[in-house]
Amino acid sequence: MSSMWKKTAGAALLLTLLSGCHRQIVTQTTVSTSGPIRVVFIPKNSGNPYFDAVNTGFKKASGQLGFKYTQLAPATAEATNQIPIIQQQIQNGVNAIAISPNSTDALAPVLKQAMQKGVTVITVDADMTGSESSRNACVLPTDFSQVGSSQIELMGSLMGYQGKFAILSATTDAPNQNFWIAGMKQALKNPKYSKMTLVGIVYGNDDPQKSLLEAQSLLTRYPDLKGILAPTSVGLAAAAQAVESARDAGRVQVTGLGTPNQMRRYVTDGTVKEFALWDPSAMGDLAGTLAYLMAKKSVQPAPGVHFQVPSGGSYQFGPNNVLSTGPLLTFSKSNIGSYHF
Amino acid sequence: MKSSHSIFWRNEYTLAALTVLALLAGSRLSSHFLDAGYLLGTTTLYVETGIMALLMTAIIICGHIDLSVASTLALTAAATGVLHAQYAVPFWLACCLGMLLAGMLGALNGVLIVGMNLPSLTVTLGTMALYRGAAQILIGDHSVGGFPAWFCGVDQVYAGPFPVTLLLLLAGGCAMALFLQRTTLGRCIYAIGNNKTASRLSGLRVGAVEALLFTLSGLAAGMCGLLMASRLSVARFDMASGKELDVITAVVLGGTDIFGGKGGVAGTLLALCLLALLRTGMGLADIPSEKQQIVVGALLIGAIALPRLAELARKQYMKRQKPAAAG
Amino acid sequence: MTLKKPLFQEAGVTGFLIITLVLAAFWAPGFYAPGNLRTLLLDTPLTLTVALGMTCVMICRQIDLSVGSSMAVSGMAAGMLLRAHPGMPLAAAFLAGAGVGVLLGGLNGLLVAGAGVPSIIATLGTLSIYRGLVFLMSNGVQINANDLPERLVQLSLASRYGLSWLGVFALVFLALLHLFLTRFRGGRTLYAVGGNPEAARLAGIRVERWIAFSFLLSGLLSGIAGVMYASRFSIVNPGETGKGFELSVIAATVIGGTQISGGYGTAAGTALGCVLMSVIANLLTVAKLSGRWQLAAYGAIILAGISSQVLMARVGKQQRS
Repeated sequence: MSSMWKKTAGAALLLTLLSGCHRQIVTQTTVSTSGPIRVVFIPKNSGNPYFDAVNTGFKKASGQLGFKYTQLAPATAEATNQIPIIQQQIQNGVNAIAISPNSTDALAPVLKQAMQKGVTVITVDADMTGSESSRNACVLPTDFSQVGSSQIELMGSLMGYQGKFAILSATTDAPNQNFWIAGMKQALKNPKYSKMTLVGIVYGNDDPQKSLLEAQSLLTRYPDLKGILAPTSVGLAAAAQAVESARDAGRVQVTGLGTPNQMRRYVTDGTVKEFALWDPSAMGDLAGTLAYLMAKKSVQPAPGVHFQVPSGGSYQFGPNNVLSTGPLLTFSKSNIGSYHF
Repeated sequence: MKSSHSIFWRNEYTLAALTVLALLAGSRLSSHFLDAGYLLGTTTLYVETGIMALLMTAIIICGHIDLSVASTLALTAAATGVLHAQYAVPFWLACCLGMLLAGMLGALNGVLIVGMNLPSLTVTLGTMALYRGAAQILIGDHSVGGFPAWFCGVDQVYAGPFPVTLLLLLAGGCAMALFLQRTTLGRCIYAIGNNKTASRLSGLRVGAVEALLFTLSGLAAGMCGLLMASRLSVARFDMASGKELDVITAVVLGGTDIFGGKGGVAGTLLALCLLALLRTGMGLADIPSEKQQIVVGALLIGAIALPRLAELARKQYMKRQKPAAAG
Repeated sequence: MTLKKPLFQEAGVTGFLIITLVLAAFWAPGFYAPGNLRTLLLDTPLTLTVALGMTCVMICRQIDLSVGSSMAVSGMAAGMLLRAHPGMPLAAAFLAGAGVGVLLGGLNGLLVAGAGVPSIIATLGTLSIYRGLVFLMSNGVQINANDLPERLVQLSLASRYGLSWLGVFALVFLALLHLFLTRFRGGRTLYAVGGNPEAARLAGIRVERWIAFSFLLSGLLSGIAGVMYASRFSIVNPGETGKGFELSVIAATVIGGTQISGGYGTAAGTALGCVLMSVIANLLTVAKLSGRWQLAAYGAIILAGISSQVLMARVGKQQRS
């Protein structure tokens, strides 16, 4: 027994010394060139209603253009959980990977591997900021530079452009959230909003329980609070729930970004008058179409290039090959009935 | 509460058979499965789990458990990253300090468990939250990167067809097996797991051995933290979150008795291999992660429950046979 | 069969609670705002309901890691029923949740007591199995506020004195469990089973049955808590609901004086532990430290809880000798 172990260990050691270590260089292309084009979408996590809507859009594009589409979600939104899925899909010879990255830095190496093997990689909903070279193109839901100012306008119009309000965000380091919050702070410098005071920014980690706790704490900490602005769907629902529980609906205005399905009740019962979001299914549709056409080599993204969608509509690639899907939609009691995502 | 498995059927045989079955199933599920290069490449995802599982095997044999390994991994990586990125400590020194910290985290577990005579399950449940919480306090939701180029991408380094990290795991496995089987200290671990009081009465320094094991476990987890940081080229507080379950699953599936005294490294490594093959096969077949969770959970329970049920049934049968033979 | 029974088992957790409340006065005066105290009362019932079940399991020298996932299964089941039949009586929804919980707890009990799988392994397995089950049954689609009837949400809204119906439920469970553990033979038997299983077996107690019973109870309470979750948060998400809940429940139970090594613990202690956990979570929020500090605080509480028990026991021993 002992000698066997020693031999094995010796052999392993010898092998290491003999062969010398080297970094693996990827050269061969594994992407299948025959058969239908295969596209996978990897959302941040499964069971997330927002990505269900994005998935609908992908399915629609797949039905119209005739490519094979699969959605594969990691169980939880941790940075590393998407890595095995990406590797498996590379091995499966998928033609295009669309991904909503959970972490830019942690995913960059494996996405680069995918690109080296000839897989088309596009990011959806959020970009690989700082590592743009690890994806071919990016589809964002809307022009992010406008989100901050339009959210402030929405909040302002609801609270009569005066009084105290607070922001309920996701995590302290969520790139999209921080970008939008910076936009909001910028917009607040406009004299139009001079009577509005941002009293604080709190973070609910996109966890329903935590977000509710934070929203309740805002209500008790600032008895004269006029508004809560939550640019995240979990936070927005939690803020509405907190205001409803505290029976504060008249006093505190709640708005932000959320899906109609999650907000329907609060809009119907008057807790929330208006809130906004882009159309996630349109984003899925656009991303699916782009992934398919790029995998077919019909589209070569480059800044300034126009991208003609077969079903109609034209988009222009911005800097870093970013496409933005469409405008923000505002939902209220009058129109929420016609949206189902 | 110790029930013995059947003597003539070693647990490793079952695992080997299951591994072959998993290989067959995998090749049935996906035509891309049987690709030696790819399968060897995927092992790099499981190396950290494996190295932690080696120490966990010893700890469980000793009658304890360490739930804090994955959190120690994250805190070590986070601390190393912060030292290098924020305090401009030279990277090699940051790594050494990180390992020192890992050893101290392990030792703290040991001190609480041995010094205060507390159950390891609750202590390490507490430190599991505390250590990951500390990593979160350090870096929040940020990714800390900026490691030197030589450090990044250890999983891409190959020796011939084998990833070096896999060889590292195998070498670690051999060392651990030799330690447990061939050294006096290794045998002491089994003795302590079998009967702590008897071990103490026969003059073994039980507390010292236990504290040493927890410290080593911390060090191993710390090393895995550096390996994972190298693989991802960043450190994050949520690294390897929930991996302690995978580690324990591998050890227990590998036939190590959760109540201590029995088990070995070979089973752990085989079980890890089985888990990796199953995950890879199901992933290639586009089976959603939630269903994969169910399969792994059922496998864990089944691997423990089935032999025990078989043993119970055998005892029942023998009971019924005895009076018949006597009469 | 010795029943360890010091004079005042809840001394440790009471001490911690008092210290925390005093510190709060200096550190975060906003904590004592009436509105804040009221939210505190809204946060405790959920943890308390599940922790009461955990107390029984731990008194029996076992552990149940699957409570968070069980809660999600039952919450999802009740939510789906209510979505399909909006007019359904709430009692039926709670009954359904409780029934699902009993089934899940029953499976845990069967595995542990029947098949002899150590509880940490069995419930570690069912933790992931039950979580997978939520996804299978719901197809990954969450229950939204709009799918739940107003009446259910009303249960979690506070009356003027800060007490919600959920709070009343939790208090009733607390009272029942307290009576059961202190006044009934069955309760005493649980302590005997956990304190010394071999002795209990020799004394003619059917140890396995009582262990199975404790898991059944834990499942039942987690099941009810699942429906309470739907009421409190107005959503049931297949991935988020109950995720990591086992950690805060175990923390509350352990700091409440229940020992993982069995045979020791009270319902009142657990209740105080739950209040302490809520106070600390609330304090962190009021002190604006919430995001990053909560997990570390939970860890520190568990460690403080178990080490203070040991220290107090040592002091007690010295005084006696």
